[in-house]
Amino acid sequence: MITLALRMLFNDRAKYLMLVSGVAFASLLMIQQSGVFCGLMSWTYSSLRNLRAPIWVMDPKVEQVNDPKPLRDTDVFRVRSIDGVAWAAPLYTGNVQGRLPNGNFKLVQLVGLDNNTFTGAPGPEKFLAGSLEDLRLPNTVIIDDFAVQRLSDGLTHPDGTPRKIGVGDVFDINDHEARVVGIVKAYRSFTGGPYVFTTYDRALQYAPPTRRMLSFVLAAPVEGMDPAVIAARITRESGLQAQSEADFRHLTLFWFVKNTGIPVSFGTTVLLGLIVGLVISGQTYYTFILENARSIAAFKAMGASMPLLIRMLVTQSVVAGLIGFGIGVGLAAGFGYLTAPKGQPPFFLLPEILFGVGGFILLITISAALLGIVKVARMDPDTVFRG
Amino acid sequence: MSDAPIPAIQASHVSKSFGQGQALVEALKEVSLEAFLGEMFFLVGPSGCGKTTLLSILCSTLKPTSGNVKVFGTDLTTASNRRLTRFRREHIGFVFQQFNLIPTLTITENVSVPLLLAGKRAALANRLAKEALDRVGLGEKVALRPGKLSGGQQQRVAIARALVHSPDLIVCDEPTSALDSETGHQIMEILDEVARDSKRCVIVVTHDPRILGFADRLAEMEDGRILKITTGTAHGAGS
Repeated sequence: MITLALRMLFNDRAKYLMLVSGVAFASLLMIQQSGVFCGLMSWTYSSLRNLRAPIWVMDPKVEQVNDPKPLRDTDVFRVRSIDGVAWAAPLYTGNVQGRLPNGNFKLVQLVGLDNNTFTGAPGPEKFLAGSLEDLRLPNTVIIDDFAVQRLSDGLTHPDGTPRKIGVGDVFDINDHEARVVGIVKAYRSFTGGPYVFTTYDRALQYAPPTRRMLSFVLAAPVEGMDPAVIAARITRESGLQAQSEADFRHLTLFWFVKNTGIPVSFGTTVLLGLIVGLVISGQTYYTFILENARSIAAFKAMGASMPLLIRMLVTQSVVAGLIGFGIGVGLAAGFGYLTAPKGQPPFFLLPEILFGVGGFILLITISAALLGIVKVARMDPDTVFRG
Repeated sequence: MSDAPIPAIQASHVSKSFGQGQALVEALKEVSLEAFLGEMFFLVGPSGCGKTTLLSILCSTLKPTSGNVKVFGTDLTTASNRRLTRFRREHIGFVFQQFNLIPTLTITENVSVPLLLAGKRAALANRLAKEALDRVGLGEKVALRPGKLSGGQQQRVAIARALVHSPDLIVCDEPTSALDSETGHQIMEILDEVARDSKRCVIVVTHDPRILGFADRLAEMEDGRILKITTGTAHGAGS
């Protein structure tokens, strides 16, 4: 009978397509919007992904990685002196204007790494061109792949055709020369400015001077120690705020969740997807049940038990839901595949999103089936004898 | 060995009312009847006289307000709903006025429904359904859907569905009202053969005068009562 129930569903082409389309559209909307939301949220902690350090030390008032409060340069030494800290290095981060050869200005995310060790710099596997060691040369910077798009305005080949910025090219930061000696693959910043890596001292020359310039102290625990434990010790003994990378990532993420309208905006769309899916699927399935009311009443008259009818209705609804969900996932993945090379809009499809949306779809389909079940339960088998 | 007819249905003092207070409608009033295996029993009367209500009670899709109904010895008035569902599944075949075939299934699948409800495996149900369709002259059309068939052919599919699981009682609600005279006659011949050759009890509700000649006995109803039970012309022909 379950097979017959499915054939009843599949052979009613118009209803079946409507049902599957409704669920597919709802799935697409929920997955795509959740994926873009997660992608956008992942931008908020890009600095933590691009500058890998087990412990981040900062001013106690800092709430998230994109808004550092300046520290004293001597704070690096204070951190180094704490028991359990293997190393500590200064880090500058800030937004500055880069001037392009055509005179245009672009915002860049300037990163100043420890002059000697380049602590936190992207690993060799991230390099698309050039080398980290060349950063020791005067007036040199390493840019990210996004900068290749953003900082190429006005650059031309000798024949006048446009070209991209590359190793050896020069642009200005705050009237200081910045010569590109490397290009790395990096996660995009939330502010939209491409990453420009240089040494700490050079970053202080590029950036507008303030009384204190040190943004963060990057640190690591001695081998075998838990970063969270050492971070707590640094906080306790230095009076500064220290976070393990994972904790700082969560802190940053939830700061944006709490303090911006982004989750509400995307959440509304996801909710709309849920409602649209529920309404379309529920109404279509209910109509399907109504149109088959006499057949179902005939089943009841012929001796179909209510549990069997419930199994049939739930199977019909859930199968249509799963097929629609599969199509929705495919469409959302296709969207991600198409937008991934450009990175716009950001799309980050977590397994949790699929499980979550899958759960919502199951809720939608079970609710739709419930509407039908209530209708069928109220249906008298002798309906078949009435006009 | 006795030749005494075996009772299939024993209904005594059956009443059925709907609604309450001033809206109370007494559809059946103290109806009593007996029907036997091998008999074609007709319930006739004008619209609203209670014949469909009586049929619903006799096939256990409706419970009477009072009175007692026994079908093949089972008391339908005291049985639980679950028991009644099982009883219908095992003992009763239905032929409906509007056929009630599922348009999105093939006629073979439609006919296999009672077998699948009885727990038969799909392959066996499919084979038996095709055999049943063959018996009603539709062996060449097993893969078609009901929409591709004429009204008479659809009613034959409904009869095949009613017979496929070999029930003891066949209930037919206006089986010829949607058919022309000749097709209606053919349908009734099939039902007549079922009643006579396989010793089943066939209850027919109708107000189609063209088929009354097939009745072994007729119960004439009016205002929820059986006025009289008469012997039909088929009785004499069959004897």
